[in-house]
Amino acid sequence: MDNDTSERLRRLRGAVPAKRHNARTVAALTGNPGCARRAVLDAAGVDKEQLARHVGFPAKFGQSQFAITRGNAFEAQVKANAFAELIRLLRETLELELNEVGQTDLEEVGGNTSQEMRHIRSRQKLTGAAADGESTFFDHPLLTLDVGGNTVYLEPDLVAFHHNGKFHVVEIKSFAVIDDQADGGKVAAAATQSAVYVLALRRLLGDDDAVSDEVVLVCPKDFSNQPVATKVDVRKQLIVLQHQLSRLSRIEKLVGELPPALTFDLAAGDDGKPTRSAAALTAALAEVEARYAPDCLAKCEMAFFCRKEASGCTATLGINVREELGGVETVAEALGLADGSLIASDSQAEAAAMLRTTAEIYGSVTA
Amino acid sequence: MAGEANAPLAAMIGSDVAHPTLLFVPQPRNRDMRFEFAASLAEVVLDYVRSRTQRSEVLGNDVVFLEAPQLLVPNRAGAAFVRLLGRSTRFRRTTGLYPVPQRVPTLGRWLTYLAERSEHPGSAAMLAMTEALSMHWASGQSALEDANLAAILGWIDPPDGVTGPEAAIAAEDPLVWPPAGPSTDPSFDNEVLAPAIRAYADSAPDSPRRMHALQTLERELRGQMEPTWRLMWRAVDVLRALPPGDTVEQRWTADRKDFSRYHNYLVMDGRPQARRDGAVVAARRLQTLEREQTLYDATRALDDPLVMANFRVTGEAFEGTVVSVERDRRVTGEKGRRITRPLIVVSTGDPMHLAVGAAVRSPARLGQEATIVEIRRLADSTLVTLELAGGMGRRAAPAPGTVPEEKDDITYTSAFPDAFRTPDLPPTELTPWTHGGPPQPYVPTEDDAREVWE
Repeated sequence: MDNDTSERLRRLRGAVPAKRHNARTVAALTGNPGCARRAVLDAAGVDKEQLARHVGFPAKFGQSQFAITRGNAFEAQVKANAFAELIRLLRETLELELNEVGQTDLEEVGGNTSQEMRHIRSRQKLTGAAADGESTFFDHPLLTLDVGGNTVYLEPDLVAFHHNGKFHVVEIKSFAVIDDQADGGKVAAAATQSAVYVLALRRLLGDDDAVSDEVVLVCPKDFSNQPVATKVDVRKQLIVLQHQLSRLSRIEKLVGELPPALTFDLAAGDDGKPTRSAAALTAALAEVEARYAPDCLAKCEMAFFCRKEASGCTATLGINVREELGGVETVAEALGLADGSLIASDSQAEAAAMLRTTAEIYGSVTA
Repeated sequence: MAGEANAPLAAMIGSDVAHPTLLFVPQPRNRDMRFEFAASLAEVVLDYVRSRTQRSEVLGNDVVFLEAPQLLVPNRAGAAFVRLLGRSTRFRRTTGLYPVPQRVPTLGRWLTYLAERSEHPGSAAMLAMTEALSMHWASGQSALEDANLAAILGWIDPPDGVTGPEAAIAAEDPLVWPPAGPSTDPSFDNEVLAPAIRAYADSAPDSPRRMHALQTLERELRGQMEPTWRLMWRAVDVLRALPPGDTVEQRWTADRKDFSRYHNYLVMDGRPQARRDGAVVAARRLQTLEREQTLYDATRALDDPLVMANFRVTGEAFEGTVVSVERDRRVTGEKGRRITRPLIVVSTGDPMHLAVGAAVRSPARLGQEATIVEIRRLADSTLVTLELAGGMGRRAAPAPGTVPEEKDDITYTSAFPDAFRTPDLPPTELTPWTHGGPPQPYVPTEDDAREVWE
């Protein structure tokens, strides 16, 4: 990224510290790669949660402390006694003959927890391991990934396991696998997140073959706390992820098109509240185009703001509606095309014919 | 409870809007308390199931109960939770490690039964209310937002002085409309529930502080569930105001028959449902579901012109006017006999996507087969020629009224009740060796019962 762009991103964020990406937000980014608003806010490290609250559309996804407690307890249990439980599981799942496994804690470096230091040390240890081939767990390594021209630190709670010259990403999740089946949505989310780690680890090592495209998912079995490990093939997620990352609108270009003075500065005044008014920030948001879809409600802090902004648009009814009504942007337009009061443009012809037929048939039935 | 696979926190259940039963678990992570919850829930559910078996009738060779149980839950996630609760309780035993009262595994079998039955198209054994409403109303929001019971009901039946969209937005505030479960609102968990559970856990048994903690929990949980309880009954009222479709009775009879069958099975055999279906059971089940889906789609279209309208929009059905009739046409059949095969031509403006050779039926004359023999597309309409067979009486000339006449308005559809035909599967005991031979009946193992439950 050039200096200009970094400077612009700093200005967009204003006088507050940058918000960090994590594997979840990178995974979510690939879900809606066409959204310039999200790309810019994330690249600039703007605190979207605070921004949404300040403009009057607070996000509604919190996490229950019960879920957090359960997740932490399960992870601690799996990692307890020098990873004893995990070694047993990996021996079975990966069909390895293992007796002793070393471990390297990468959570801090001699009391220094700065991102740069941790990443440098993670890099040293991981590349070193690739060279000497010993079996080792790497607990909480800090990885980086280039997302739309922006370097993102990934703060994973993953364990990378190195054995026989191959790294395996091990992801510990606290959702249950019941009768060998788990919630499809949660598995898919875990697989995408793990794919982010696989990709980051591969880029770090500069060697795709050094990291297995099968990740190991460790979850509680049935209704117990007993862990069970499952291999998950993330090749498909990797392809999607790489494709989406490569075509992610280049941040330089996006930022270059914005008004020079634009900023989302949330710096607080003496009263602890952002000094800039909600109206000013709302106006600033309008400068960056969003691409709202109902899925955003579960993924993006800005979703309620964008939904309000998009009201009356066919996109708010769902992706399938938007696709069926290709070229028809608003509900008013759709109604006009249906009753014939609007003339369809070339790109709308197909959707317009369908709308007219539907209106005629349903109209004749309800009349 | 959030973070747990299937830890019940509280339930509000009943068959009378004025008298719900509130059940709750003061410490959801405690296994014994989960069992106590399941045992209390079992009393309510099993009483209800029993109440459905009081009267019966004879249909063919079977004695069929006049009523069947119906479980209404707020949303799809609620239905999934019921299924899991069934899974976690049906293997429990009354002896050995972690013994439970007999009604707990019986509850598990019934909840599992209802969950499995609800997968059958057209069954009303267990319904997610949001889906029942979505079938009958289109809202102005996305399907994702329709999964919020308060929001979709806001569109359908907003309070006085409020528009549908306004009511739907208001419904998203968890302080006004707490989530309809099974997950609770995270802020409620963090700010109310966690301290209340802690107060309970930190107090001595039977102490005044414990009594107080229990009262707090009950009050707060009731507050979280009562709004949804009221919504459920409002939704029931809204649905009951619709006229029932003609084939609803037929579908409910199927539910009653299946309920009676399972009730008998529990009396005669009573083993719990397997953890997973075997290959043969799965194949049969899939075939049944496909057949039922065809039947359900077709009969709904017969009941409701708006459902038929959708088939017309997608080109699977068409409505038009009969423009010519060759009533006394006779052709030589395969066996060399002369048979009556009238031709009619229907002119339609619908976007018909069926091909020559397609079998169709008219809802008004289901007993008469019709085959498309020619399609001529004109500028603003389509002429469809159909050959008719059957439903014309025994004589050579069709009986009066059995063949459509010129200028009749008529609908033909490719989705009709017996449109789906598959070869019969061999009887289970004759499953060929290529498919593993006849499957062994499922016998629950000691492991199933000993499963850790905490």
